[in-house]
Amino acid sequence: MGDVSGFLKFGRQLPARRPVPVRLRDWKEVYEPFAAEDASHQGARCMDCGIPFCHEGCPLGNLIPEWNDLVYRDDWSEAIERLHATNNFPEFTGRLCPAPCEGACVLGINDDPVTIERIEYEIIERAWSEGWVEPVRPTAPTGKRVVVVGSGPAGLAAAQQLCRAGHSVVVYERAERPGGLLRYGIPEFKMEKAVLDRRLAQMEAEGVEFRCGISVGTASPEVSRALAEGATVLPTADLVTNYDAVVLAGGATLPRDLPAPGRHLDGIHRAMDYLKPSNMVREGLLAALPMTAEGKHVVIIGGGDTGADCLGTAHRQGALSVHQLEIMPEPPDARSEDNPWPTWPLILRTSSALEEGGERIFSVTTDEFVDDGSGAVAALRGHEVELTTGADGRPSFLAVEGSEFELPCQLVLLAMGFLGAEPDGVVADLGLELDARGSVAADDRWATNVDNVFVCGDMTRGQSLIVWAIAEGRSAAAAVDRHLMGDTALPAPIRPGQLALR
Amino acid sequence: MTTVAPTADGGDTTPLARVPVALGPSPNAPRPPSGGLYDPRFEHDACGVALVADLHGRPSHALVLQAISALEHLAHRGATGSEEDSGDGAGILIQVPDDFYRQVVDFTLPGRGRYATGVAFLSSDQSASAKARTEVERLAAEEGLDVLGWRQLPVEPATLGSIAESARPSMHQVFITPMEGTQLSPGNPAVAVDRLAFVLRKRAEHEIDDCYFASLSARTVVYKGMLTSHQLAEFYPDLADERLVSGLALVHSRFSTNTFPSWPLAHPYRYMAHNGEINTLAGNRNWMRAREALCSTDLIPGLDRAFPVVTPGASDSASFDEVLELLHLGGRPIHHAVLMMIPEAWENHRTMDAARRAFYRFHASLMEPWDGPAAVAFTDGSVIGAVLDRNGLRPARYWVTDDDLVVLASEVGVLDVPPAKVVRKGRLQPGRMFLVDTEAGRIVDDDEIKDTLAAEHPYATWLEQGQIDLADLPPRTMLTPQHASVVGRQQLFGYTDEELRLLVAPMARNGTEPIGSMGTDTAIAVLSARSRLLYDYFTQLFAQVTNPPLDAIREELVTSLSSTLGPESNLLEPSAESCCQIILPMPVIDNDDLAKLLYVNEDGSTPGFRAFAVDGLFEAAGGGEALRAAIEDVRSQVSAAIDDSADVIVLSDRNSTTELAPIPSLLLVSAVHHHLVRTKARTRVGLVVESGDAREVHHMALLKGFGAAAINPYLAFESIDDMIASGLLTGVTPLQAQKNYIKAASKGIIKVMSKMGISTVASYTGAQVFEAVGLATEVVDEYFTGTVSRIGGVGLDVLAGEVASRHRLAHLDRPTERAHREREVGGEYQWRREGEIHLFNPKTVFKLQHATRSKRYGVFKEYTQAVDDQSEALATLRGLMRLRTGTLPAVPLDEVEPVSAIVARFSTGAMSYGSISAEAHETLAIAMNRLGGKSNTGEGGEDPDRFTPDADGDSRRSAIKQVASGRFGVTSEYLVNADDIQIKIAQGAKPGEGGQLAGSKVYPWIAKTRFSTPGVGLISPPPHHDIYSIEDIAQLIHDLKSANPTARVHVKLVAEVGVGTVAAGVAKAHSDVVLISGHDGGTGATPLTSQKHAGIPWELGLAETQQTLMANDLRDRIVVQVDGQMKTGRDVVIGALLGAEEYGFATAPLVVSGCIMMRVCHLNTCPVGIATQDPVLRARFSGAPEFVETFFEYIAEEVREYLAALGLRSIEEAVGRVDLLDAATAVDHWKAAGLDLAPILMAPEAREGAVRHRVADQDHGLDKALDHQFLDACRPAIDDGTPVVAEVAVTNVDRTVGTLLGYEITRRHGGAGLPDGTIDLTFRGSAGQSFGAFVPKGVTMRLFGDTNDYLGKGLSGGRIIVAPAEDAPFAAEENIIAGNVILYGATSGEVFLRGQVGERFCVRNSGAIAVVEGVGDHGCEYMTGGRVVVLGPTGRNFGAGMSGGVAFVYDPHGDLSRVYNNEMVDLEPLGHEDRIWLRDRIHLHHQETGSEVAGRLLADWTIEAEQFVTVMPKDYRRVLEATERAIAEGRSVDEAVMEASHG
Repeated sequence: MGDVSGFLKFGRQLPARRPVPVRLRDWKEVYEPFAAEDASHQGARCMDCGIPFCHEGCPLGNLIPEWNDLVYRDDWSEAIERLHATNNFPEFTGRLCPAPCEGACVLGINDDPVTIERIEYEIIERAWSEGWVEPVRPTAPTGKRVVVVGSGPAGLAAAQQLCRAGHSVVVYERAERPGGLLRYGIPEFKMEKAVLDRRLAQMEAEGVEFRCGISVGTASPEVSRALAEGATVLPTADLVTNYDAVVLAGGATLPRDLPAPGRHLDGIHRAMDYLKPSNMVREGLLAALPMTAEGKHVVIIGGGDTGADCLGTAHRQGALSVHQLEIMPEPPDARSEDNPWPTWPLILRTSSALEEGGERIFSVTTDEFVDDGSGAVAALRGHEVELTTGADGRPSFLAVEGSEFELPCQLVLLAMGFLGAEPDGVVADLGLELDARGSVAADDRWATNVDNVFVCGDMTRGQSLIVWAIAEGRSAAAAVDRHLMGDTALPAPIRPGQLALR
Repeated sequence: MTTVAPTADGGDTTPLARVPVALGPSPNAPRPPSGGLYDPRFEHDACGVALVADLHGRPSHALVLQAISALEHLAHRGATGSEEDSGDGAGILIQVPDDFYRQVVDFTLPGRGRYATGVAFLSSDQSASAKARTEVERLAAEEGLDVLGWRQLPVEPATLGSIAESARPSMHQVFITPMEGTQLSPGNPAVAVDRLAFVLRKRAEHEIDDCYFASLSARTVVYKGMLTSHQLAEFYPDLADERLVSGLALVHSRFSTNTFPSWPLAHPYRYMAHNGEINTLAGNRNWMRAREALCSTDLIPGLDRAFPVVTPGASDSASFDEVLELLHLGGRPIHHAVLMMIPEAWENHRTMDAARRAFYRFHASLMEPWDGPAAVAFTDGSVIGAVLDRNGLRPARYWVTDDDLVVLASEVGVLDVPPAKVVRKGRLQPGRMFLVDTEAGRIVDDDEIKDTLAAEHPYATWLEQGQIDLADLPPRTMLTPQHASVVGRQQLFGYTDEELRLLVAPMARNGTEPIGSMGTDTAIAVLSARSRLLYDYFTQLFAQVTNPPLDAIREELVTSLSSTLGPESNLLEPSAESCCQIILPMPVIDNDDLAKLLYVNEDGSTPGFRAFAVDGLFEAAGGGEALRAAIEDVRSQVSAAIDDSADVIVLSDRNSTTELAPIPSLLLVSAVHHHLVRTKARTRVGLVVESGDAREVHHMALLKGFGAAAINPYLAFESIDDMIASGLLTGVTPLQAQKNYIKAASKGIIKVMSKMGISTVASYTGAQVFEAVGLATEVVDEYFTGTVSRIGGVGLDVLAGEVASRHRLAHLDRPTERAHREREVGGEYQWRREGEIHLFNPKTVFKLQHATRSKRYGVFKEYTQAVDDQSEALATLRGLMRLRTGTLPAVPLDEVEPVSAIVARFSTGAMSYGSISAEAHETLAIAMNRLGGKSNTGEGGEDPDRFTPDADGDSRRSAIKQVASGRFGVTSEYLVNADDIQIKIAQGAKPGEGGQLAGSKVYPWIAKTRFSTPGVGLISPPPHHDIYSIEDIAQLIHDLKSANPTARVHVKLVAEVGVGTVAAGVAKAHSDVVLISGHDGGTGATPLTSQKHAGIPWELGLAETQQTLMANDLRDRIVVQVDGQMKTGRDVVIGALLGAEEYGFATAPLVVSGCIMMRVCHLNTCPVGIATQDPVLRARFSGAPEFVETFFEYIAEEVREYLAALGLRSIEEAVGRVDLLDAATAVDHWKAAGLDLAPILMAPEAREGAVRHRVADQDHGLDKALDHQFLDACRPAIDDGTPVVAEVAVTNVDRTVGTLLGYEITRRHGGAGLPDGTIDLTFRGSAGQSFGAFVPKGVTMRLFGDTNDYLGKGLSGGRIIVAPAEDAPFAAEENIIAGNVILYGATSGEVFLRGQVGERFCVRNSGAIAVVEGVGDHGCEYMTGGRVVVLGPTGRNFGAGMSGGVAFVYDPHGDLSRVYNNEMVDLEPLGHEDRIWLRDRIHLHHQETGSEVAGRLLADWTIEAEQFVTVMPKDYRRVLEATERAIAEGRSVDEAVMEASHG
C-alpha cells in the first residue's frame, strides 16, 4: 500500500497560511489551497503501519492509513467513503481537531508525523466540491421517535446516526441556530459557518428535524447564556413522554471563573461571552458587538484553544496589544521523558492565531484587577510561579519572590475551561445523577439513571475535544438503537468514559 | 489386535480416526497413554535398507550372511530407545528355504512353490495363541486351504531388552497348501498359492484377535521383530543355520521416532522394505477404500472377502505394502505395481518419450501417486529391485562384483568386498528403478523396464479415446455482476477490506502470494469473538525432521498441478474406459471453465460425461439442525445423481437468498467426499466446488485436501473485476488479473503441498494433511473423518451461527445503518480497532517500551496485565488456564531462586543479521551476555569480529549459533564459537519453508557475512539437504557435535500434531535440546498464508512433547525449550508447568528495542532502524542493551512472584507440574465453550520416579570417532605447525571423519587455520557419511575407495581428494565415487573427485572449489560462491537458484542447454582468463587423483577447452559488471552494487 519509502522521499508539508496582514483584514480561514499533488506526497509519507497508532490515537478510529493511501493513489471518491465510515463530520475535525492522531503517528517517533489532519480536510473538501456528499436517506423507517437535546458535534453525530438507523429524529437547540460551539464558539477564521450549514442541510435532507430557540427545561439564566433571544421552554417531561428515547448532548457549559479581587470590574468577560456575539455579528444574528477589543490592550487568561480563539478575534477587532497568560510553565519544544510517544505531546505549539501577534506569558498567575476609577478594568496584577510537586504528590505552584508585575489592560477575557454540565434545567428536572466531576453519569450503555434517557459528549465526559464529542455521539447512537431495536449495526468507536492512551 | 470387522455388505462405516492402532498384536505390551496428546498415528520411521542378490538367483547361506552383515553395517541408521538393547526394528526377507523347512518340520511338505508358509505373531498367552491357531485353521478350510502343520519357531530372546521382551509375541510358523479341488489361478503355481494365502491372511487379520503374519507366501518368508540390527541373527536361530539358503535377501534397520513396542512394525513387509515416508497416506487410504467397490479380478474370485485391503491405523509402509500386494496379485508384475504407486516425475519432463509418458498418464487416471520420500526395495521372490521417489530424497547405492553378487543399500560400503572384485558402482537416481531378474540372470535397466511396460497396452490410443482436455470443451461464458451485488456477496462470505487489499489484490496484480512479517498475534478461530470462516479452524501440516518439505520453487520440475476429473474404473482391469476423464491443468478454474463443466455434453460432443449441480444452502434461521439436515439432503441428492450416472458433481453456494445461507464450502465438499468414501461411490465422480467463501491460498489448499478436484472461487473473480472497475486495482486488465490470481492460487497450493513434502496435486487431493484446532469431535468425525482435532471445540450450531451472522450483515433490515460501510475493515494482519484482538497493540507496545525505557516496574505490570487480560479475553489457549495457587502453600518471595538464575534460562529468538540491523542484533547479544542468557545468530552467520569481546568488556557474540538450511556463514570458526548450536528445522512464522531475505537488504556487509552476492535476494531451501529423515538428523547432530564437542546441539521444531513423536526421535538422535516453537512467533518475512495457517499454539505442542518424552522415558536426557509470542511472566510459568525448562523471546525484546510492529521487515523500510540495512534508517535505531536487560529482569521478577504464589522455589520445581494448572473453569464464550483442555493438562504416564526435566547428558559416542586414531599423531601440527602425514583405514560406519580434528585446529588457530597441507591424511576404504565435514584450512584428506553422502559438508578451507582404490578394475569416470549433497554449505577449501557423484552437488556452496567427473540432478543448486568444474555428465535442473560463483561444465554434446535451469543462470562460452584457470585446475585434478579424463582433456586442450560451457549467474554477472564500472569510474563499489541491484 502506498509508497513504502515515501517517508524517506518527502518531508512534512502543509499548505501555506495566508500572510498575517492580509488575513487579519478578514475573517476567512487562514490556509491557502493545497495542490492535489502535494496532498498525494503527504499521503505517500504514511508508512501503513502494522499497528497504526494514529488509528488508535483518533477517538473515532479513523481509518487513517487507508485514506492516506487512497489520497496517495488519487482515489478521492473512495477516500471519502473510508473517511465517512468512521467520521460523520470530517470537515469539522479537519479544521478544529488538535490531531492526537498526529501525536501518535509512528513516523513522529523520529521524524515529523504525517499531515493526517490536512489530508482529512482535503478529502472532505474535495468530496463537497465534487458533489459526493449526498444525503443518505433511510430506507426502512422504524417508527421510533428519538429526541436529541443539544446540537453541538456530539448531538449532531448522534442525530445523524439515529436518523440513518431509521428512527424519526428531532434535535432541540436553545440557540437561534444549530451547531453549538461550532457556530457560537469557533471563530470564522478557524471554520467558516458555511461549512457547518452545508452539513446541517445534508442532515435535514436525510430527515433530521431541527427545532431551535427551544430550551428543554428551565435553566438559570446565569448558566444559559446559549439561550436564544425569546427562546421558548419545553417542559422536560414532554420529552420523556413523547419520545421513545432521549439523547442529552448539552455540553459542559459551566465555565470556570477567576475569583480574584476586581473580578467584578467592567471589561472582564468570560471567553464565551466575548466569542459568541462576535460570531453572531459575523452571521448577521446580531447587529452590533456588545464589546470589542478595538483600540484596547487585551489580556487573555488561559493558554488553551479558547484563549487562542479570543486572541485571533481580538486581533481582527483591532486590539492594540494582546497578552495571553498561562499558569503552567512553557512546554518544551520536544517531548519530555515522561511524555513518551504515542501519548499526546505536551510541547509548545503555535496556532495560527498566535502567529498573528500577541505575547504568551507562562508561569504566571493573577493577583488582582486594577480599577481605572470608573469601575472598569485598567490593569492586571500578577506574579510568576514555579511548578513543584507538593507533599501529597500533586502539583502546586510557588510564588517567585519579587516577580510581581502589572499589565495595563482594558479588556480581560477569561478562557479557563469549563467545569461541567449545567446542574439545573434538564438535569435537575430529571434528577440525573452527576459524577464527581459534575458531569452527567452514564453507564456502559450510555444510559443515565433515568429510563430511556441517554447522554453523550461533553455533558458526560466533561470538556473535551470535538473528535471525542463525535465519537461519543456515534457510540451513544448505537446504544440507543440497540435499546430500541434489540440489535444494531451502527458502529460504536468508544465505550463511555474511555480515555486516550496514557 | 484390533482391526475393523467387515459388516455384512463389506462396507464399514467406522470412522478411520476412531480405529485404535492396529498391528500391535501382543496384549501384554505396554500401551501408550491415552487421553493425552500423544497419538501413535504420528510415529515415523526411516532407516537403512539393503538388498543382496545373486544375479542368477543361486541360493546360498553365504548370501544370507552377507545380507545380515550389510544390515549390521547400517546399524547407525537405526535407533534404540531409552534402552540400548531394545531396537526399533530389524528384519530380513528371503526366498522360502524349502530344503531347510523340509528338514525341520515333522510333516510332509508338497513340492517347492506348492505350499505357502509364514510366521504368525500370536499372543504370548498360551490359550489365546492356541485359539488363534484353531481359528486360522477354520478360515483356511473356508478358503480351500489345508493347514499342513505348525512349527513353533525357535527364538533366542536372552539378549532382548525389557521393552522388546515385554511385547514379544509367540511365534508360530504355519504351512498351508490348496485343498484338493481348489481352483488355482492360471500361470505360476506359486503365485496362485499366494493368491489363496492372501485372502486367508487378510481374513485372519480382520477376524482373529492378536494375529499378525509377518508373511505368508509360497515364494518368500520374512524374519523380523523389535530387534537391533545385531540381535536379528541371534534371535532367530534359523538364520544362523547353514541349511537356510536364499538367492536373494532384503534387509532393513528401523529408526522410529517412538519406541512403543511393536514387533509387526519392523520391516521388511511381505513385498517390500521402505526407507521413507508416505505423506499422502490419509488420502491414499481413503481413495483405496473407495476404490474397493470397483475392484475385482478373475484371478482372485470373491476378492471382497479380503477387504479392507488397507488396514486402518497401520503404518504408511504397511499400507503401501498392502496395496502393492493387491496390485501384484491382481495381475501385475511387482515392478509395474511399484511404478504405479511411485511414478517418476513425468509431468514436466521435457525429454521423456511419448509412450512412456502415455504409460504414466494412463496410470495416473487409475491411481494417485503415493507421494513422499522413498527408497523402496521390493521383491516377489524372483525379481528384486528398488526405486527412488521422484525427488530422490533417499540415498541408494549399488555395486556389482565380478562373481555376480549384486548389493544395493542406503550406503556404500555395507559389505566388505575387496575393491578389485567390484566391476560396477552406481547409484539409484530420482524416479528410476533398479531391477535384478534372477530368473533371467541379469540386471534390467530402467529404460528397458519402462519401455517394456509402456508397450504392453496401447496406452496412447486409450488416452486419446478417453481423456478430454478442459480447454477442448466447448466454451461458455458467465456474466459480470454489478457492484452492489458483489458487495452483498462479499458481506455474505465475510470478505474484509483488508483481505481485498492485502490478499486478493496482490494475487491479481502480480500473480504471487503476498508477503508479511512479524508473525501472528491474533486469536485462533475458536477463541475469536468474531465470526470466522470454517477454513480458519484448520492448520496446515508440514514436514519436519522425519521427511523433508519440498522445494517447489527451485525444484519445480518434480511438481505437478494437473489432475483428472471424472470416474475411475476397475483398478485391476485396465482398459480404454479407465481413462475416460477430463484433464484439469490447474486446480483453480475461472467462471468460464466452470460453465464448461456445468454444461458438459450439452451439445452431445462429449458423451459419457454428465454434470450435476447441487446447491449447498441451509435455512439461515435454523441453526445447526438446519445445517445438518441440509448436508444430509445434499448427500442424498449426490448419491441419487451418481446412481443416475452423473460423473461430475458441482457443489455450489452461489444461489443463497434472504432465507437460505451458504453452507461453508469446505464443509460441503468434505461432507460429500466422506459420504462417498463411505458408500464407496467416491471414485465414480469428480467433485467441483463453486465457492464464494474461498479466496486465499489456504482455502484452496483445504478444498483440495478434503476432496475437491477443481475449485471455482467465483466471488474472488467478481471481486477482482469490481476492484478494477472501481479503481482499487490498477495496472492490470480483468482478464490478466484473473489469470494472475489463478496462477497465484495454484502456485500457492503447490507451496502448501510442498511444505508437507507432497509434489503432485493429484495425490494431494483428499490427502487431508491438516489439523483441526477448535472443532468438535462430532463435526470432525462425521464430516472430516480421520482429521486430528484434539481439544474439541465448536459444533454445527456455532458454525451455522457464524454463517448466519455474515448472512445477516448481507441482508440488513436497515441497510443505511451501515452508511459508507461496505465490507468489514479486517484487522487480522494489521491491527485495527474494529478487527481481531492482537496481543501487541497500541497499548501493550507503548506500555512495554515505556516500562523498560524508564525502568518502571509498575508500568511493566500494567503491560503484563494488559497482555494477560487479553490472553484471558481468549486470545490464547494459555489464557484459558488458571494457575492453581493454593494447591501448595505459598512460599515467601525471598525463598524463590533469584532473578539471575531465571534469566539464565532465557534466550532471544533467531533473527538473522541481515534481517535485522547490526545495531539491533548486537544490542540483543550484549544484553543477553550481560544477563547470562543467550542470544541467537539466526541463520545469517556472524561477523567474526564479534567473537572477540569488546574493550569495555561487553561481548557482541551470540551464544546460540543457528544452522539453518541456507547454511549462511556456517564455518568451523562459527561453530567453534558457539555455546549452543541450533538446527532450525522449522520456524513458527512459516514452518516447512526456508528463510528469505529480500535483495534490497543484502547490502555488501550482509553479503560478506553470508558469503553471498550483494543485492541478490536469498531464499533458503525449504529442507536441509542433509536432513531428509530422522536418521539424517542424527547424522547432522553428530556432525555438529564433532565440530564443537563443548556446545549443546539443539533442534528447533514447530508445534503441530505429532511434534511430540518428532521430539522423541530427536531425543533418540542425541540432541541435547529440543525447542518447540508456537505457530505464531516468527519475525521473518513469510507468505501470509503460512503466517496465519501453519502450525499450532505452543501449548499443544509443548504438552504433547512432554507427554511423549515422559512416556518414552526420554525426558531426562534432553532440555525442552519453548517459544512463540512469549510476553509475560505468566507465559513463562505456564510454559514451565507444561514441561519446558528454557524459554525464548523474540518479538518482545525487539519491541523493547524500539520495534513498533510495522510488519514491513521484508521491505527494508523499518523506520526505527531494526529490520533494515539502510544506513539512514539504521541511524534511527533507539534501542539499548539496558532496556533489554530490564525487560528480562522484570519478566524473571514476575516469574518469581508467580512461583512464590504457587509454592515453588525454582523453575526446576515447576517444570512439568501440570497439576498446578486448571482449565476446568467454564468458559463463558459462544465459541470456546466447547473446548476441552484436559488432554493438554494430562499428567503423562511414566515409570516410577521418572524426572520431568533434563538430568543426564546424551551419549554422543564421540569417543568412538575414527579421529581419535590420528588426533595424537596430529598434535605437533596443531601445537606448532609441524607437518604431519598419516594413513588410516576407514569403513562406512566411520562417520564425520576429520571433523573433531578440525575442531582442535580451529579452536587453536581461529578461522585462519594452518598453512595448506600441514596435515596430510590418507584413508583407504568406503568412508561413512560427512567425510571431511567442516574441515578447516591446513588439512588435506585423501581417500582411496569411495564415500557416502555429505562429503565436505561446510568445508572451511580444507582439501579433500577422493579416487577409487588403486586396484579397482572399473573406469572411474563411469562409476559413483561419492553420494548426494556434497559440499553442502561449504565456504572455502577445495575438492577433487575422480568419478561421478549423486544429486545436489555443491548445494549452497559459497566458496569451495570442486572438480568432479559427473553430477546428478540439481547440481550447484542455491550456490552463491566458489567454482565448480564438471568433467562429465550433468543431471537435470543444474544451476537452480544459483546466484553466485561459477561452474564450468564439459559439454561436448551440448546436452547442458536442455537440462539446466535457466531461471537464474546463463550459459556462456569460456572466457580467456577462465580458460587458463580451468586448465590449471584440471591439471591439478590429474595430479591429485590420476584422473584419466583429466589426462585426456589436457592432452588435447586447445580443442577440448572449446567444449566447456561457463554457467554464470545473471545476478552475479550484474554485480561483477557494476563492480568493474565503479572501479573504472572511481566510485564506491558498495553503492554501485546496491544501485545496480535496486535498479
